[in-house]
Amino acid sequence: MELNQLTAYQLAELYQKNGCTQKDAVDSLKKAIETKDRDARQIHAYVTAENLSPRHRKAEKTSKPSLWGVPIAIKDNICVEGEEITCGSKILKGFVSPYNATVIEKLLNAGAIVLGRTNMDEFAFGSSCETSCYGPTRNPRDPERVPGGSSGGSAAAVADHTAIAALGSDTGGSIRQPAAFCGVVGMKPTYGRVSRYGLIAFASSLDQIGPITKDVRDNAMILNAIAGYDTKDSSSANVPVPDYMEFLGKSIKGMKIGKPKEYFAAGLGGETEKIINQSIDKLKSLGAEIVDVSLPHTSYSVNVYYIVAPSEASSNLARFDGVRFGFRDKSAKTLLEMYENSRGQGFGAEVKRRIILGTYSLSSGYYDAYYLKAMKVRTKIKDDFDQAFKKVDAIVTPTAPSPAFKLGEKTTNPLEMYLSDIYTISANLAGVPAISLPCGLASKLPIGIQFMGKPFDEGNLYKLAHAFEQAK
Amino acid sequence: MTMIPTIGLEVHVQLKSKTKIFCGCELKFASPPNSQVCPVCLGLPGVLPVLNQEVFNLGLRAVLAMNGTVSKKIKFDRKNYYYPDLPKGYQISQFDCPLGQGGFIELASRKKVKLNRAHLEEDAGKLIHDQSPDSSLVDLNRAGTPLLEIVSEPEIDSPEEAYEYLTNLKAILKSVGVSECDMEKGHLRCDANVSVRKNTSDKLGRRVEIKNLNSFKAVKAAIEHEIKRQSEAVNAGQIIAQETRLWDDAREKTFTMRSKEEAHDYRYFPEPDLVPFSVAEEVIEAARKALPELPKAKRERFIKEYGLSEYDAVLLTGEIGIAQFFESTVKLNSNFKAVANWMTGPVFAYLGENNKNIEETKLSPALLIGILNLVQENKVSLQAAKEKIFPDVIAQGREAKEVMKEKGLEQVSDDSAIEGWIQEAIQANPKVVQDYKSGKETAAMFLVGQTMKKSQGKANPGKVLELMKKALNAHA
Repeated sequence: MELNQLTAYQLAELYQKNGCTQKDAVDSLKKAIETKDRDARQIHAYVTAENLSPRHRKAEKTSKPSLWGVPIAIKDNICVEGEEITCGSKILKGFVSPYNATVIEKLLNAGAIVLGRTNMDEFAFGSSCETSCYGPTRNPRDPERVPGGSSGGSAAAVADHTAIAALGSDTGGSIRQPAAFCGVVGMKPTYGRVSRYGLIAFASSLDQIGPITKDVRDNAMILNAIAGYDTKDSSSANVPVPDYMEFLGKSIKGMKIGKPKEYFAAGLGGETEKIINQSIDKLKSLGAEIVDVSLPHTSYSVNVYYIVAPSEASSNLARFDGVRFGFRDKSAKTLLEMYENSRGQGFGAEVKRRIILGTYSLSSGYYDAYYLKAMKVRTKIKDDFDQAFKKVDAIVTPTAPSPAFKLGEKTTNPLEMYLSDIYTISANLAGVPAISLPCGLASKLPIGIQFMGKPFDEGNLYKLAHAFEQAK
Repeated sequence: MTMIPTIGLEVHVQLKSKTKIFCGCELKFASPPNSQVCPVCLGLPGVLPVLNQEVFNLGLRAVLAMNGTVSKKIKFDRKNYYYPDLPKGYQISQFDCPLGQGGFIELASRKKVKLNRAHLEEDAGKLIHDQSPDSSLVDLNRAGTPLLEIVSEPEIDSPEEAYEYLTNLKAILKSVGVSECDMEKGHLRCDANVSVRKNTSDKLGRRVEIKNLNSFKAVKAAIEHEIKRQSEAVNAGQIIAQETRLWDDAREKTFTMRSKEEAHDYRYFPEPDLVPFSVAEEVIEAARKALPELPKAKRERFIKEYGLSEYDAVLLTGEIGIAQFFESTVKLNSNFKAVANWMTGPVFAYLGENNKNIEETKLSPALLIGILNLVQENKVSLQAAKEKIFPDVIAQGREAKEVMKEKGLEQVSDDSAIEGWIQEAIQANPKVVQDYKSGKETAAMFLVGQTMKKSQGKANPGKVLELMKKALNAHA
């Protein structure tokens, strides 16, 4: 088997046995990216497949399998010192980050190798990876279909074995939905678990960085390395990080798992519902107790999200003004023209749509009716989870209402596109951790199952996910 | 007819922390452009702000010194607008949960001007327009400088009160060490809100905001001008427009900057990158206990303890450095009044002429006492001490005695020497002597002056007067 086919843990085990060198691993991945990423299928998981320069730091080889020597691909919205970073947007073309994101520092300090930048929806606004200025990414499981988004490049690379593992970011499902579509494992940690320093912000109160991996064990191993309090991020939590590997291989007998009725109401159907129900039966057979719970404000999630997220985004994206970096319309004659043309030409249609939405929601006279009200409902949604978690240890839902859809299928209908995140958005609004992992195939297309947990209880989500994954 | 003005002031003071409010960049005045910057204050993609604890502590101290209340919940908000000197496209400020609420600044009349609020925020950078004819440059050294915005209630009734409010506010902030308040370095900036009405029972007139006020004098002059302008307009039957006007210091006029219609919608919303927090009661109490003596208490103590006039006490307590210098000096020589006179006279004159703080001179309490003692012991005349000895002492840090000897200024009290100069003066001015004899008493003072001149200022003036009278009477 080629090295690029391995999981991170398998590669780490090989290093323990001195079975290969770091150079062997990097060469294998570079070759895989060069040959597979731009072949006839046009997967295009990476923003560029050529002249990739791995970044690493001298680190002591560990005595146990670890991220030492493991190449990891990075979503194009996480800053790596000396590398161009664009968020898939023309407006940032040519911008080279002068600093490392905290997660990159942590990976490098753990001995990992940072290799390649993965494609994404422009500024992470999207669920299909079709809005990047580099063009769309395709789903390796069926290149006619989207890989999901916004971390579509990371999920596609991992699924296509052009990455051992990758980092993504999740604001409303951007790690979990593409993980589900591509048949890989994606974790959105608790808000505050992983530092956001160096992640180009979409919606600051919702964004989290997380791992996208081939299996649950790799996911736990990477979260071990990137989680933790960061003095550079005031919203990161000073809560101890357990060893997530310790939660693997444990029985889930007696674990109480909530099944929220709102997630299984009309709307879900067909093969997805069937596969999810079979998966729930599997959980029962593993000794878990399924408990009916209610998250009564679920139906407001999408509405709340599409006020809060664009509001924050409209402000976060104000710095892309053509003054200090990135794209500037050089023909502009006045300051206003420079702003209007640089932003008008630099941003894509979906980005502009959300900036307009957010600007409107925050405007004087509308603030109370939109932003303030949405924030109040958000508190209600969080309360729903607090109540549910008094009764259960975790919550099970589908990750997405359907398997991967075709390219172009939803680009003309933004509302329909927004609804593909209907099951993932609540975890971001409530700040709770959630993981998606494959649970079956619907007409050869992967279906993802989502487990949501109590704040800072990623450990038990890994326990649950690992038990589910290992049971055939 | 001049109408009744209502005035409110918004003051921005720069807090004197070592580093910026949300990053670790140093705060150095007059550094080369864009040399005091980092990814955070440049607003590069992906960076996050972290509140500087020192800035918070300084803000807290300022709020307590102004008799304000610390808010239960402290939160930051984003004020969104586009300008090239604003790197993020928003300013991190405080909207509905400011650091401090209420408080007051007391005037000499015992009137307490109430404060509305005091909130923390970051400063923007600045634009440089004079380097190129077709482009402007951005210097972001100042971006992220910590500011405390102090907003008064509209309770100031005259330009004079506005001036006094600012003077007292500055004295408080300086005395508790939260800001240098140096207007020339932009440490303190002020905007004034002015409206007029015919009777105190009328509702407040339309408010006009005046910007670009670069000194306390400018604040006073601009308010005077604005009251006059608005009164004339109202008397002429015009309606005052709610607008922002700029003060032109050279032409002593205000001009329209933007109308209400052009006012920004700042789209304030809570800054999600900074988590709201509250301050423990113990922390507030500890900060309150640690406050140094405030100007008013110090002034009252100076009057009581040192027997100073209210006027001298005000002058000596306006700045913490001056007050400390005074108190160190009177420990060495308890002639309080003489020390006060030396400080408010020659010392203040020197500081004013050279635009220096007392800490920046070579004068020490011991050196000042050196001069004072020479005068007290009649070794040198007060005039010679002030004019010939003091400048060298303060500029070069030399001992007064040494300067006196070097310049040969030792006072002569020896009768025979003085009598010699008196005789010279009398002989040179027979007409004046005649005047004296015919009853013009003041003629004697002229002759004393002439005698002092002959002695090159070295003669003991008391002695001269005594011997002069004797000599004139003998002459008669």
